Amino acid sequence: MQRLDPLKESPSQTAGPYVHIGCVPNFSGITGVYPADPGAQMVTKATQGERISVEGVVFDGTGTPLKDALIEIWQADAAGIYALRDPRGPGDPAFAGWGRKAADFETGLWRFDTIKPGAVPFPDGRMMAPHISFWIVARGINIGLQTRMYFPDEDNSADPWLTRIEHQNRVPTLIAEKTGDGAYRFDIHLQGPQETVFFDV
Amino acid sequence: MSDGAFFPRDRSRHPPAYTPDYKTSVVRSPQKALISMPTTLSEETGPVFGHDMLGPLDNDLIQNFAKPGEMAIGQRLIVHGRVLDETGRGVPGVLLEFWQANAGGRYRHKKESYLAPLDDNFGGCGRTITDDQGGYRFRTIKPGAYPWPNRVNDWRPAHIHFSIFGSGFAQRLITQMYFEGDPLIWRCPIVGTIPDRDGIESLIAPLDTNNTIPMDARAYKFDIVLRGRRSTMFENRMEGN
Ligand SMILES: [Fe+2]
Repeated sequence: MQRLDPLKESPSQTAGPYVHIGCVPNFSGITGVYPADPGAQMVTKATQGERISVEGVVFDGTGTPLKDALIEIWQADAAGIYALRDPRGPGDPAFAGWGRKAADFETGLWRFDTIKPGAVPFPDGRMMAPHISFWIVARGINIGLQTRMYFPDEDNSADPWLTRIEHQNRVPTLIAEKTGDGAYRFDIHLQGPQETVFFDV
Repeated sequence: MSDGAFFPRDRSRHPPAYTPDYKTSVVRSPQKALISMPTTLSEETGPVFGHDMLGPLDNDLIQNFAKPGEMAIGQRLIVHGRVLDETGRGVPGVLLEFWQANAGGRYRHKKESYLAPLDDNFGGCGRTITDDQGGYRFRTIKPGAYPWPNRVNDWRPAHIHFSIFGSGFAQRLITQMYFEGDPLIWRCPIVGTIPDRDGIESLIAPLDTNNTIPMDARAYKFDIVLRGRRSTMFENRMEGN
């Protein structure tokens, strides 16, 4: 019999404690190699949409902040279009949609300055509420963790993604807290009673 | 072109989250089951990086941190290969980032305290973007093995860390490349998080004498496989597909 797809995905390995060297070298003090760390700045004057900030801390199972985590986010523009590869056509040319930040070495706090994304369709055509995709790596994390952040000031009740989650009492772990005008807090808990919902997607 | 849903990830290929021989994973591993979801546009799209972001020395770790006229110390290497997906197709235009210790096994990082010295001419980071066939190459020095705090006498085999973007955010991957013949590979608890031998072997780069540059640098070949994706041709999806 013929073989199906011939290859298997390369196994993941932890990003380790020195992920900063490769991904955010300027943040880690290695200057002069790249002009800026990729994903450090998401928004310019020309970007359309409501300016927001999203900050948080990733906590381990003892409640200790991860001071060596690297966070990446991916989101649609203000109209709900993803940059460049979205089949629904060109998005905001002044918004790439991708951000990358390292946790602070002392506090574990990370922060993105971005815009509020628009709604995006689920494969069946129903609209998903505005959300930001997260990917989290760190020492001790063997494969990048995938999750999503939703907004507390949007109607998430009919979201086709959130409503698929069996334990609805865990959905609040995916909804940020509003801490001010355009300011959101999204803490991530790797373990414990508040363990964030992570996805296999 | 394939731009549809990603193949489900074969999690048996990857390390589980909880791997107690790698002690740091114990309090950093989610304990509840991952919630399985179909990929949506949020996962099937992803960031695009243009060649214009690259500097001329970004793929040359021997030179990109060195003082003018100087070079990093160590065994000179070319690392090259292709980024493929599970269907065997090359994945063009994707950003690869790599980082590594210097020839003595020391990282240039403020949280690093190994007694081996820094090399003033070695930063340890590089990047490139795959060509039309998914190919890539960069020049570096062979990283040294180094001890790390886990059990009292654990040593990492020589390795290069890789961060790989695909055509969609769901393909995002970080992994490590090891070198053919290194006896430390089979003693390392981080390597040992990978469930099966075939998976480990897929991260070991063979010496590639055909691509070695005589009297200059040896070559190692390291192919990377990302998740495959379906074609949207017969899928009943939103207009515009
Ligand atoms: Fe390392």
